[in-house]
Amino acid sequence: MSDVRYGMVIDTATCVGCAACVIGCKTENDTPSEYSRDWIYTLLQGEYPKLRLTIESQRCNHCENAPCVEVCPTGASHYGPGGTVQVNPDKCSGCKACIAACPYEARYIDPRSGAADKCTFCMHRIENGVATTSCQEICPTSSIHFGDLDDPESDVSRLLATREWYVLKPEAGTQPKHFYLR
Amino acid sequence: MKRREFIRMTSYGVAGTAALSGVSTDWFGLYGNPTVDPGTEGERVVPSFCELCFWKCGILAHVKDGRVTKIKGNPKDPLSQGHLCPRGTGGTGLLYDPDRLQRPMIRRERRGSQEFEEVSWDAALNEVAENFERIKARYGASALALFSHGYGGNWMKHLFHAYGSPNIAAPSYAQCRGPRDVGFDLTYGWGVGSPENTDIKNARCLVLIGTHLGENMHNTQVQEFAEAIRNGATVITVDPRFSVAASKSAEWMPIKPGTDLALILAWMNVIIGEGFYDREYLEAYAYGFEQLREHVKPYTPEWAYTRTGLDPEQIRRTARMMAGARPATLVHPGRHVVWYGNDTPRSRAVAILNALLGSWGRKGGFFMPSTLEIPPYEYPGYLDPEGGRADRPDSSQYPLADEVLAQGVCNATIPSGIGDSRIKGWMVYGSNLPTTLPNPEETYRAIQELEFLVTVDVLPAEIVGWSDVVLPEATYLERCDEVYAPAWREPYVAVRQEVVPPMYDSKPGWWIARELGQRIGLPEFFPWKDSMEYAQTRLHDAGLDCEVLQRDGVIVGEPRPLYFEEGAPPVFYTTSGKIELYSQRLAEQGFDPMPTWHDGEVEDPPRGYYRLLFGRSPVHTFSRTTNNRLLSEVMDENGVWVNREVAERWGFKTGDRVYLQNQDGVRSSFSAPVKVTDRIHPDAVFVVHGYGRKARRLRQVYGKGIDDAELITRYKTDPVMGGTGMNVNFVTFLRAADVEAQVRQEGAEGAQVSAAEEESGRGGRRVALNEGVTTEVGGEVVS
Repeated sequence: MSDVRYGMVIDTATCVGCAACVIGCKTENDTPSEYSRDWIYTLLQGEYPKLRLTIESQRCNHCENAPCVEVCPTGASHYGPGGTVQVNPDKCSGCKACIAACPYEARYIDPRSGAADKCTFCMHRIENGVATTSCQEICPTSSIHFGDLDDPESDVSRLLATREWYVLKPEAGTQPKHFYLR
Repeated sequence: MKRREFIRMTSYGVAGTAALSGVSTDWFGLYGNPTVDPGTEGERVVPSFCELCFWKCGILAHVKDGRVTKIKGNPKDPLSQGHLCPRGTGGTGLLYDPDRLQRPMIRRERRGSQEFEEVSWDAALNEVAENFERIKARYGASALALFSHGYGGNWMKHLFHAYGSPNIAAPSYAQCRGPRDVGFDLTYGWGVGSPENTDIKNARCLVLIGTHLGENMHNTQVQEFAEAIRNGATVITVDPRFSVAASKSAEWMPIKPGTDLALILAWMNVIIGEGFYDREYLEAYAYGFEQLREHVKPYTPEWAYTRTGLDPEQIRRTARMMAGARPATLVHPGRHVVWYGNDTPRSRAVAILNALLGSWGRKGGFFMPSTLEIPPYEYPGYLDPEGGRADRPDSSQYPLADEVLAQGVCNATIPSGIGDSRIKGWMVYGSNLPTTLPNPEETYRAIQELEFLVTVDVLPAEIVGWSDVVLPEATYLERCDEVYAPAWREPYVAVRQEVVPPMYDSKPGWWIARELGQRIGLPEFFPWKDSMEYAQTRLHDAGLDCEVLQRDGVIVGEPRPLYFEEGAPPVFYTTSGKIELYSQRLAEQGFDPMPTWHDGEVEDPPRGYYRLLFGRSPVHTFSRTTNNRLLSEVMDENGVWVNREVAERWGFKTGDRVYLQNQDGVRSSFSAPVKVTDRIHPDAVFVVHGYGRKARRLRQVYGKGIDDAELITRYKTDPVMGGTGMNVNFVTFLRAADVEAQVRQEGAEGAQVSAAEEESGRGGRRVALNEGVTTEVGGEVVS
């Protein structure tokens, strides 16, 4: 199992931006009010009536080359199971260096613990043998896919092999493991 | 046990050993970095169905330490299929809303002012029962009306049937789906029902006319919409707003608001004129094709262009797309269709267009649903209603209204020139009439005429403040309800069960109805101990195992043929027994037998005014969810969508605050930020419904944003079935700073001039009591 490399693929063709993923994450992960580990981003391009609307469900990109891990002075931000990026709140001093370093604005300080917090790819579920993240499970349009990027048979690998995709801020050099299908 | 110590030290301390068992943190040799479990997995997981909207999705509610931690979709449920929309996911925000009604209250006159007194259930129910009996004795049972919305309302409807009043109204008819139901019934002899029998997932071409799937989150429809996109369906969206659905479409048709019928007629003109219609299907099943062919000849795309503003080539192109995919072309019937007062003819046109494409009863069009037969509970027969329906004083009005018209009941409460009012008392169940019925001033006038008003609700919505007695209902997570067996792809039955016991002093609807029934001498209509015993009886009579239902949340029956080609019988309950392109019933009643465009029927906005359009956000249902703290994190105020060029003319930037004022000089009570966008037609503005609330006890949403309902002072009634077309109001902008300066100058305390707050407690007049409650219980003031 140690060669697992988790990634997430979001289908923007079907995502309607309803935010079920956001509410689902808040209740699954008991995040504090006014803070969320995932969110909806929309971009409108063009002029009336020739318009294009892009909707993205966004969260931590679990980068291969994660600036948050790089800058963390205490080792709280670390590469965790399956190549995910995790935070150990017990080691976190709340210095916010990771928040400044993250190009995706994926992190916040949980006011209850004082520690940095962000999407875990629902590792508490995955490690317990639940096959889905909570956002993926709840999504009414089944636009969220999660799985092993190194397994060519996985849902995520097949989608990336057959559909056109992009990542956010490739220029940041973070090598995100969070992909968007066009 | 280092891990457990760590968890206790942090705020994630709710995680216990049980939740963590099985988590192997040394899996990857990462000692010292244990996986944090938020600990929301339930000790108990209770299947039930949702009530955040009325789609009734199967849910799994997780309960831990007596609290509902999270709500997931029930994978066994045919409607949710394991997925939920944001509202259903946020159901705990309703359950734990700190503003919930907690105890029964009675309006009291005290020292010249009116206030609510918190009372025992016994006192509140006795007060309601006395008024029910008094009204029946003095005016007859039909003088008491019920307004109901939501599944728990079934118990109240049962109570009213037993009591003998026919005046049981649901705003979901004349303020929502009525014209569509009548339009399809006139054409096919079937309504489309709820959930609709639309075969969205199999459609190869999906046409949405003002239907904003994806913002309107009827879960299964949105799931199927995504599936259709995945399957490569062509989507055509007709909407003055670039909706989310429009953004998924091959063609967006930014129609001039109010002219949809002209477009649909032009589509028929092309499809018939170019010979694209389903000849065999029409020959087998339809009546009146030749009349229709003649009828639509003048409605060319060029003719339609002058009404709709749509490029004739786009009209032709889209007509050909529809024809190319038939019969798997679904022109969606919509749901909230009360727009312009010509809504039954427009819905008829949609139904007829589907018939030309041969889509009714066909894969990718409309499937033929089936229902699990569950015999009704055996009661003594209901009495014949005493007195007739009050919603249509002249029975020749709205001859095809097959349900009671809510606004008609409201109007029948106001004395007319002819004489005294017919309705003297209301029970309002889960239906916030001031934000639901058009022209709230009319509603307030009716309320002033009432001798008695009792409200059953969960939250202190505006209607609660006008009530004489307030009965706090338990939320859907705290009560059992009537079983649910809708017509759907497969026959099934779902159960709503108590996930956690009712909080505060709230009670389930079945209990309230039963207690009232017993108090007004109708115990024989409430022989069951509780709703679960009632459900068990019904299930037993159907030969189904209630224990299985309670364990799984649903029992799904054997699928039956869905399409004509699979053997579903092509039966049409119309006069001719066929699909009526030409409607004999409409002709008999003196209406256009085929949908007809009448120039001038839909007014244009006056100069400087814009048509007020309203709709949904995916995180909210009507005005029911805008106080939900969890959902409000995603959206806590509405904005006013203004076309970019219009905004430039007005000098608005996104975020500038405005009040809206309508053609009758009615100004919104509160302001909202402008959203400058290319996503809306320059003739119209758009707001999400359910904001700008005036009930102060709704502390989350009070005063936030603009309430469209108070600006809907005009409505155009559909002559066929009495639906209230509400998109006939025009608004202009007032800069918030100007309004507030003017109000300061006038010496008022704030800019909020609301109908509710203007009332004063003089001589017997009913006052809105939706401020903070000051109540006395046993001499002690509690608030």
